[in-house]
Amino acid sequence: VTRAITSHDLDAVPEVTRLATGERGGIPGVQSEADAPPSPRELRDDQVDGPELTARLAKTWGTEKGLIGALSTVDHKVIGRRYIITAIIFLFLGGLSAVVMRMQLALPENNLVGPDLYNQLFTMHGTTMMFLFGVPIGEAFAVYLVPLMVGTRNIAFPRLNAFSYYVYLFGGFMIWAAFMLNIGPDVGWFAYVPLSGPEFSPGKRADIWAQMITFTEVSGIAVAISVVVTVFKLRAPGMTLDRIPLFVWAELINSFVIIFALPAVVTASAFLLMDRLVGTHLFNPAEGGDALLYQHLFWFFGHPEVYIIFLPATGWVSAIIVTFSRRQAFGYIALVLSLIATGFLSFGLWVHHMFTTGLPQLGASFFTASSMLIAIPNGIQIFCWIATLWDGRPVFRTPLLFVIGFFFIFVAGGLSGIMLASVPLDSQVHDTFFVVAHFHYVLIGGNVFPLIGAIYYWFPKFTGRMMSERLGKWHFWLAIIGFNVAFFPMHITGLMGMPRRVYTYLPEMGWGNLNLISTLGAVLFFGSFLLFLYNMVTSARRGSLAGSNPWDAGTLEWASASPPTPQNFDRIPVVTNREPLWANRDSLPVVAGLSVENREQIVSTVTAGRADLRETTPESSLWPFLAAVAITILFIGSMFTPWALVWGTPPLALALIGWFWPKASTEDER
Amino acid sequence: MKRVVPFLLILSLPLAGCQGWQSALDAQGPPARALADMFWIFVAVLGTVWVLTMASLLLALRKRRPAGADPLATDPGTERRMTITISIAIALTLAIVVSLTGLSYAAQKALFSHKDGALTLTVTGQQWWWKITYEDEQPSRVFTTANEIHIPVGEPVLIKLEASDVIHSFWVPNLTGKMDAIPGRQNQLQIQADRPGVYRGQCAEFCGLQHAHMGMLIIAETKEDFERWRNHQISSALPPNDPEHQRGMEVFLSKPCVMCHQVRGTDAGGKVAPDLTHVGSRRYIGAGTLETTRGNIAAWIIDPHGVKPGVNMPTIQLEPDEVQPLASYLEGLK
Repeated sequence: VTRAITSHDLDAVPEVTRLATGERGGIPGVQSEADAPPSPRELRDDQVDGPELTARLAKTWGTEKGLIGALSTVDHKVIGRRYIITAIIFLFLGGLSAVVMRMQLALPENNLVGPDLYNQLFTMHGTTMMFLFGVPIGEAFAVYLVPLMVGTRNIAFPRLNAFSYYVYLFGGFMIWAAFMLNIGPDVGWFAYVPLSGPEFSPGKRADIWAQMITFTEVSGIAVAISVVVTVFKLRAPGMTLDRIPLFVWAELINSFVIIFALPAVVTASAFLLMDRLVGTHLFNPAEGGDALLYQHLFWFFGHPEVYIIFLPATGWVSAIIVTFSRRQAFGYIALVLSLIATGFLSFGLWVHHMFTTGLPQLGASFFTASSMLIAIPNGIQIFCWIATLWDGRPVFRTPLLFVIGFFFIFVAGGLSGIMLASVPLDSQVHDTFFVVAHFHYVLIGGNVFPLIGAIYYWFPKFTGRMMSERLGKWHFWLAIIGFNVAFFPMHITGLMGMPRRVYTYLPEMGWGNLNLISTLGAVLFFGSFLLFLYNMVTSARRGSLAGSNPWDAGTLEWASASPPTPQNFDRIPVVTNREPLWANRDSLPVVAGLSVENREQIVSTVTAGRADLRETTPESSLWPFLAAVAITILFIGSMFTPWALVWGTPPLALALIGWFWPKASTEDER
Repeated sequence: MKRVVPFLLILSLPLAGCQGWQSALDAQGPPARALADMFWIFVAVLGTVWVLTMASLLLALRKRRPAGADPLATDPGTERRMTITISIAIALTLAIVVSLTGLSYAAQKALFSHKDGALTLTVTGQQWWWKITYEDEQPSRVFTTANEIHIPVGEPVLIKLEASDVIHSFWVPNLTGKMDAIPGRQNQLQIQADRPGVYRGQCAEFCGLQHAHMGMLIIAETKEDFERWRNHQISSALPPNDPEHQRGMEVFLSKPCVMCHQVRGTDAGGKVAPDLTHVGSRRYIGAGTLETTRGNIAAWIIDPHGVKPGVNMPTIQLEPDEVQPLASYLEGLK
């Protein structure tokens, strides 16, 4: 439902009035493109209304049919949906490899899989969960939801975004194809040198791991940049910094962390590839290199990585808690500042992964202090969420249940993390199953539980249908029981001396019972995911229709249809409150004046969210897909011959030329 | 509430972890004891924090707002009370974190300030066994063994850690925390045992195919027993006197065994694999994998890759009548 803007709304966002009314104005003394009078020959959204407007905009913004259309689309919702589905497929693959490992460890001296396959399995499990699920799933939700939540029609740099998806898909496909061909990497998701170096890992396995990092890096940074620009420049008029939804804040901080952290790991993996393929000795101590340099580079990325996985989850938790406690977030500013603090602090903790490498003691204890300090911003977030629930009227639907599960598990994992932050305690539990237990509490508690909640929460938006609530409750109880039965005993197995990454253990070690319990729990936990899969598939076909706002939530994505039309909104909303749909229960104020025939978006100012420019955004194009194919050939070829850099470049250059070929927009021609 | 019951059941399990020959909770020396004490302090403090947080979460789940209330409405009194409560909670969190950091720092200083010890060992991690060299001021009293460390009780023993191929990590949880052995570097670690006993250690840094079978034993014994053991280890292997052992020695010396293994007192002088001079006196073979019996030695020689797939020891072609004498000879190298 839309209505004309009233004078009351105009007071709240004065600069919007001129855009809405076509009156010249904007910031005094600044001539803005938005001030230009609309071209009389171009149809604008104040000249048509109702179903005709919807249909015309859908045609302008829509994805064409057919394979070429599907591969050319730059619609953030189509790409976002593919991203989410792909990341969830990788979640299942990673989970499956974990179940096989648990089967192997169920009994001492078990012969289900040998050391070679086991090493591949845990490498694939870690790599998949961290690089092919953990990083992309947060970005996937950002791609789908951020443009909707900030009230715009597409993500910034939509072709780059499409390109990033294909690069991610090809990279993930490459490493799993290698695993299926029994040349999967077997050096761990961390691939420490010298074990992953040329001398101790001959063959292509470690190269495939390192090159997969390159794929993830390229796609991860591309999305992060798109998200940052979308949040800074494409917000709906009136969405000042303090009206940005908490989910969007989380994704924004997350994107910055990605931009600064991923270059460190690509440096590490590129150095590793150089040592392996062109004979440098960067990590070879015999030739003056340094094995520890690799660890510093890896963990300078690796610790922020944990927060890259956790930060989007804070966004899911915030969104779900606000909606289901029927109360606006308590401590909005504190929550945002905590996110920013977490983002900064996450770069100052990496050495706690290296406490047992014999670093200078004073330096190590600095990292004890900084690692413990990150409990403060996380504590603030936990307390603010609890306060929001406290003063609310909780509605116990499946999304909220999973968020409650998140509290139980994540807080336990965070507290065992405080033990790991202590240098002396870490010297006992580092690289044991205690650490395995800890980070599964943190990552499954801190990412997967909120993710499942988020999927139950936004599934109606993605598909237009509700997921089954009854199956959802079963799923929750199976998941939380299965998880704890699987992972709690690992704390004890670790303290009893069981190191990580062992493919078996002697019967006389006395770890058999605890391992068997863990395996049973893991099977139960995996079973809960099969139920989840069943729920998703059946609900997508037969679930009850959702309507645009089934949860009576307050943020802008619920103002669009379910699933959203290609243009997201027929007219761009004007934001007067942090929870626009709660503040404007009857109808949402909107601005008009954008082209109906061209892909026009409002570009707004960074802090105040003033409408500043009308800007066209790219049309569909096949070139990003072709560029991704070209870069995949180049990356894979370069593992086998350095000449791939030579013959692989022209096709990529051609694809990029096609992509960026200057094309006058219809508006410019006029 | 149902969730809590399995939790409590599971919480009672740690008691099971208190005993064991490779357990961080069964401390048998001053450093391990300090660590175990600190661990339980952390568990108590952090466990309390968890319980309090979860209690406040469960209390927060009551419906305090009237049905149909405006979700944007806030009550200034409630806001103020919640702000104050959260501020107190944050202050308490900060206090806990600062005190735990202080506790950790104190323990760290105590743990890593090495005392002068009578004994210094160099332990070199290799794929997938431990080479152990007992240092001494007299070069003639320096000797090398593998996978089994004897130490006198009540004395700090300094261990210098090196690695010859990839990164390994030396960890004997009953005695102290772990320390990595990194190629191109030397790390130091001090261990001490209170009373005689056998403790197990294991490599804790992933090091390739047989990371799981890279164990070692630490045997703490009285000063006298230790000196007796050391003097025996320094000596060369005695020539065998019964015919089967002599036959075994001939087999050993005529086969590729000598390319990698050393038996002091014979022509076998290989240095890339464990020293076998007194292999029969060690309790385990294959780096803590099989107990030292004649049958296990034979099994290991016939098919090392069946026991430790991927191990660096090759399968040697032996005639059926060569296996038993060879195993007897090696078992007899006490």
